[in-house]
Amino acid sequence: MTLTPVTPPLHAPQPPLAVQVRKASVVFAAGDAPVHALSEVDLDVADGEFVSLIGPSGCGKTTLLRVIADLEKTSSGEVSVNGVSPHQARLARAYGYVFQAPALFPWRTVLANVTLPLQIQGTPRAQAQRIALEHLQRVGLAGFERKYPWQLSGGMQQRVSIARALSFEPRILMMDEPFGALDEITRDRLNEQLQQLWQRERRTVVFVTHSIAEAVYLSTKIVVMSPRPGRIVKVIQSPLPDERHLGLRDSQAFVDVAHAVREALADGHHG
Amino acid sequence: MAERAPHPGWRRAALHHGLPVGVVLALLLLLWYAAAWALNAPGAIERVLDADAGYTWQELLSTTMSMERPLMPAPHQVLLDTLESLTEWPLDSPRNLLFHVAVTAQSTLLGFVMGTALGLVLSVLIVHSRTLDRALMPWIVASQTVPVLAIAPIVLVILGSLGFSGVAPKAVIAMYLCFFPVTVAMVQGLRSPQRMETEMMHTYAASRWQALWLLRLPAALPYLFPALRVGVAAGLVGAMVAELPTGAQAGLGARLLTGSYYGQTVQIWSALVLSALLGLLLTASVAAVERLVLRKRSGA
Repeated sequence: MTLTPVTPPLHAPQPPLAVQVRKASVVFAAGDAPVHALSEVDLDVADGEFVSLIGPSGCGKTTLLRVIADLEKTSSGEVSVNGVSPHQARLARAYGYVFQAPALFPWRTVLANVTLPLQIQGTPRAQAQRIALEHLQRVGLAGFERKYPWQLSGGMQQRVSIARALSFEPRILMMDEPFGALDEITRDRLNEQLQQLWQRERRTVVFVTHSIAEAVYLSTKIVVMSPRPGRIVKVIQSPLPDERHLGLRDSQAFVDVAHAVREALADGHHG
Repeated sequence: MAERAPHPGWRRAALHHGLPVGVVLALLLLLWYAAAWALNAPGAIERVLDADAGYTWQELLSTTMSMERPLMPAPHQVLLDTLESLTEWPLDSPRNLLFHVAVTAQSTLLGFVMGTALGLVLSVLIVHSRTLDRALMPWIVASQTVPVLAIAPIVLVILGSLGFSGVAPKAVIAMYLCFFPVTVAMVQGLRSPQRMETEMMHTYAASRWQALWLLRLPAALPYLFPALRVGVAAGLVGAMVAELPTGAQAGLGARLLTGSYYGQTVQIWSALVLSALLGLLLTASVAAVERLVLRKRSGA
């Protein structure tokens, strides 16, 4: 029960970086002028960090996440995940990815949707179901395993997709505006649950959002990005305690961090 | 309260759907009788009734409805002829229409299975290879522009010379009509998954085979079943067409042909009615399987 951030002893060995990005650029050929989606981006994500990428649309935050997830190729620069290339990391199932939409298969029950990655990895059926049930419980959906996706609300569907992404216990969780399509009340509740989940398991999370409140509430590190060309303008290390509750959002510390993020966004916009 | 229906809602639904169909059926029968009377009257006057002796309109009416070889048989004549063939003759007699139904159904179903298999294989190949997409698709479309009536005799002669006779050549022609809707629908269905869904499979490092089996095929099922319904009906047409040029002794197509050789119009119509019923039965069976398979999906 530590409410203050723990500073590691000075002589402790550096933990291995979960994600390391060096001078990464992504250029899309588009008509007459190529689009610089990402321009010489540097980013370090340590194991166990909760990092949010925030910025206006077109700033390359989703592109950066997709590069780390091996869904997009870099035009130049170096990217490593757990010390290997994103491609190798993907084949090693190093990360779980949560998309903007739940993307559940309508022909599968909730349980069968969560067992999907395990099925692909060849986990025996009974074992996969046991694991999936446990993960459904962790996202608060025990008792819904026999339902079909269309019988669930949007928020519940997205929780199923989080359980699915975590079913094979990846050390890294990547989330691309996972709550963007939900109403604010549902979104607050899911933010709280995600925070508690991170609290318990301390997985590395890379989280894309365009909500300042969400970024500040969830992250230990906030990466502010700016468009044309897509780049990182500021990295803010959050002074907030690791253990958080929704009431924290009214505290002065929270307001200060949110203010810093807003200023960085404005700088990026004018700069 | 014993008379009360246990499912009033079900009964209302039956009435709701049955009534319009029933009204149209009654109208069609009425039209059919009117047409039978109008078309048969000249023949009846010329061949049966004695114009010099005079005849009443009742005599004319009853004659037009009971001629041996009418231009247009009345519905009850067709019904009686069908019933007689079904009840008076053993199942293995060529006089029993069910014998012919079985023969045609056999080649239809075999052709349907072969056509569906071919369509599935082609669609999987086309979806997975851009080269095959460009190489095969134009030929597949072109194949359907050749009239089946022109192809059927050639196929029958060639397969016959190779020693294939009976069901196999007819099934091949049924397949020729079946595979096309299945191929086209499955190409569309296998490509129906959203980009997000295919990328998700990618993040799980799923193989192509796994992506096909776990995502593309289940996603394509709602596209497949309507194609199967069209395909099985087209297969029936193919099987019947294939029965014409062989001078085949068995099958509904052969029955139509012999009927027209000997001017047995009632026989032609009976075969026609049974082929319609067979087509209905085949498509309804596919629809039943469809409901069973897709019942759990949203909107089902």
